[in-house]
Parts: sequence; C-alpha cells; structure tokens
Amino acid sequence: MRYFYYPGCSLEGTAREYDLSTRAFLGAVGVELVDLPDWTCCGATAAQGMSRLLALALPARNLALAEKTGGNLDILVPCSACYLNLRRAEDRIRSGGEAKREINEALSETGLHCDGRVRVRHLLDVLSRDLDAASLADRVTRPLHGMRIAPYYGCQCLRPYADFDDPEEPRTMEPLIRSTGAEIFPWTVGAHCCGASHMTTKPEIGIELVAGLLDAARGADAVVTVCPMCQMNLEAYQRKASSLRGSDLSATILYLPQLLGLALGLSRDEVRLDLNLAVGQAFRKTAA
Amino acid sequence: MVEIQREHPAASDEAGRPDILAAVRKLIQPCIQCGTCTGSCPNEFAMDCTPRMLWRLVLRGEVDEIFNSRTFALCSSCYSCTLRCPRQLPVTEAMAALKQVAARLCPDRYRSSTAFSKTFMDSVRRHGRVNEMEFMFFYFVSRKNPLLPFRFSPMGLRLMRRGKVKMSLPGLGGNDVLAPLFRAVERLEGTP
Ligand code: SF4
Ligand code: SF4
Repeated sequence: MRYFYYPGCSLEGTAREYDLSTRAFLGAVGVELVDLPDWTCCGATAAQGMSRLLALALPARNLALAEKTGGNLDILVPCSACYLNLRRAEDRIRSGGEAKREINEALSETGLHCDGRVRVRHLLDVLSRDLDAASLADRVTRPLHGMRIAPYYGCQCLRPYADFDDPEEPRTMEPLIRSTGAEIFPWTVGAHCCGASHMTTKPEIGIELVAGLLDAARGADAVVTVCPMCQMNLEAYQRKASSLRGSDLSATILYLPQLLGLALGLSRDEVRLDLNLAVGQAFRKTAA
Repeated sequence: MVEIQREHPAASDEAGRPDILAAVRKLIQPCIQCGTCTGSCPNEFAMDCTPRMLWRLVLRGEVDEIFNSRTFALCSSCYSCTLRCPRQLPVTEAMAALKQVAARLCPDRYRSSTAFSKTFMDSVRRHGRVNEMEFMFFYFVSRKNPLLPFRFSPMGLRLMRRGKVKMSLPGLGGNDVLAPLFRAVERLEGTP
C-alpha cells in the first residue's frame, strides 16, 4: 500500500509526535508514504475567515502538486482540519463548473492545474478501511489487556463529509482499539466539538467544551485522538479545566497511531511519548 | 428562475452601500426557522443570539443587529448544524461567509477572530507554511494586549521544552511560493 503523505503545518511543529508516530506505525505495518514535494499550508480555519476563494485555492494547490507528481495514489492526511480543507477542494473541483474554473484560474498564476483526479483520505479512513484489524491483532506483542480507551473523533474528520464513518455516532476506531487487547471506554461525546481555536481566541468558551470532554473521560485509562487541534485542547489545559470544575480532570491523551504502535511493540521513543503533554504514570507503567 | 423576494433591502441601501449580506442570504434563503441548528450547536450557550435567530436577521437584512452580535464569531466549524439541517442548508458555510464579511467591513469589532485569521494568513503568505511561533507572536502584537502572552507562556514553555517550537522559519527554497496565489485570489475577488 502506497499513499501520498500530506502532514500539514501542525505536524511539523506542535504535533510532531503525530507525524512521527504515524510514520512509525504505518512503516511497521508495511504502508509506504510518498512525501508530497513542496506542499504548502491548507489554509487551516483561518483562510475561511478571510476569503472563500483563498480557502479553496490553498488546499487545491496541494492537490495539483499530487496530480503533477503522478502515480495515481490517494493522499493520506492525519490532521482533520487539513483533511477537511483538501477534501472540500477535491469536492468543489470534482463537481466542476464555476468553482473549478475559479480555482484553476487562481492556480494558473503558479503554473499549476487541478482536475480532481486524486482522492483525499483521512488517516482514520485508511487505518479503518485499508488495514485489517484482525491481522493487526495477530501482530500485537504488547497487549493492552484491561485498559479502557475512549475514542475521540472530534468534528472535521466526520463532518460534513461522512466518507468512512457515521458522522453522529462514529465507530471506526473501535475494532482498531480492540485489536490491541484494550476495551472501549463507553462514552457518548466522541463526536462532540473540542472548541477548535476557541482556546486561543475565546478561552473562556473553549475551556467549557474542553472541561466537558475531560469530565466525560473520567474512568478511562486514555483518550485517543486523530487531530492535532483536538489533542492540544484536551492535553494542554487540564489544570485550568480542573480548577474550573473544582475536581481533578487530568487524563492521558494520545494519538491513535501512538497507541497502536505501542501495542505492536514499538518503543516509547519510537512513538515519541516524550513529546506528549499529558501521559499519566499509570498509563506509562502498563502500556509503555 | 424567479428569485423569491423577502423583506430584505435591495442591492444597495439608501446610502448607496452595497448589499453586504447577498452571499449569505443566498445560502440561507430556504431556512424554515426550525431551530435544529441552534439545538445542535456546542457554542450556543455563549451566543447572544441563537443561530436560528441569526438566519432570521439575515433574511430580514438587519445588518446592525447581525454585526453587533458575536454569534457567527463563536462558530467553531463543527458542522453539526450542516449535518442535521432538515433543509440541507450549508449552515457552517453561512457562518464562515459572515466571518468573511466582518473581516472586511468591521475588523475592529471582531478583533480577536480577525486578528487570528489575518496574522495566520500573513504567516502562510510569507513562508508557504505556518510557523506557529511567529504566528502567535504577531497575534499577540496585533491584539495590543500586553498581558495576553502571559496567559500562554506556561504552555509555551512546555512546548519549548519538548522542542515543539521552531525558532527558525520553515523554508521552501524560495520564500514566496504562495505570493502569486494570494495575488491571484485578491484580483479575482476584487480585494486589495
Ligand atoms: S436547521 Fe436549517 S432550516 Fe432549521 S433553523 Fe437552522 S438553518 Fe434554518
Ligand atoms: S458549525 Fe458552528 S454554528 Fe454550526 S453547530 Fe457547529 S459551532 Fe454551531
């Protein structure tokens, strides 16, 4: 299996462990990633706040690069915000008409063109549909028996494009988590919003959403995420959320490929657990 | 196709200002005021006017009320409303369209959101990719709030200890890979 790989800006900075553990895990299961040369920012949520066309042209540039590189591979995207932006650009270009024309007119200034030939896929889409959870289970060398893991999906890998999961009650992480020997922590907020950039621009509102999620995760051994924004919101403000709610809301938060990698026998260093902001002692002892 | 005219102002108001809500109204015109968007919104608790009410204001052309409210600025793009709207309207996109109008017409009133978007995009324009460190620095500068960085500094230190804050700028060979694309978009959208 081969894919183009679009890491996005966060995975080069605050979410390096997501990048490194994704590469390590996929490498361990024999998936080959082809780096997209000279990729640029997808526009994040900021481009949407400024200009409609910019929010389409920025991700489209990366699709055009993939088409130009050739090879007919899908683009694998671990960050949910990047995924949505690239996926939306793919959608608008595929539906043709005015949007496609406009986007290509903007791209032509950079000598690029995009026909929408490349498919954009979230990491969770690839993990849950292209890999086989049963054969993953066979390769587990460090089973996580007795652990209860809360799957956190967030928003933008599920909505508005319901490509691979139920956008209201997602389940795709469950077979993957079970393949490690762990159990699913039962909770109902896996598809709720983490507040996205509110923690930067409107922290008094963002913290309410974060505290609600951490509160629901009480009793889980870890929460796993598939998005750098979700991960950061859940791991970086636990002290603040705890004092807001007047109780201890600390929790272990890690990226899904980190959990899967550990179960396959990758070391703490290989999945870069040292870069996480919230990994509890109990989790370290049992899983790593 | 005959366009349904509701009680909204024409292409421009008496002062000759252009109809700034045209794009949003087009997206939200078939709204039946059912309130599903309001009921789905995780940020509704903090909004001064609910999403359903906001669409009513848009259809009525109540420009002042809309831009005095911070409802659309509180949208975190979770797409729950878009998923559930019984008329299948692009509700999240309509929120984004209002953010775009606000960024152009009254940047001061939505300082934090506009500054966030603007400094972010400036960083992208300069480097092709976002340098999170540079972006946060300029965001603080643009907010002109000397205490703001302190709110973030404990986290900044934790990130720095883990080598997650790059002190150098991301390089892509040439630094203005995206400059022509930004210029083309500005030309096509008719903005400076
Ligand atoms: S859910 Fe749709 S139809 Fe109902 S009030 Fe909201 S925008 Fe209008
Ligand atoms: S997309 Fe925005 S307006 Fe719609 S439910 Fe989510 S936060 Fe609320």
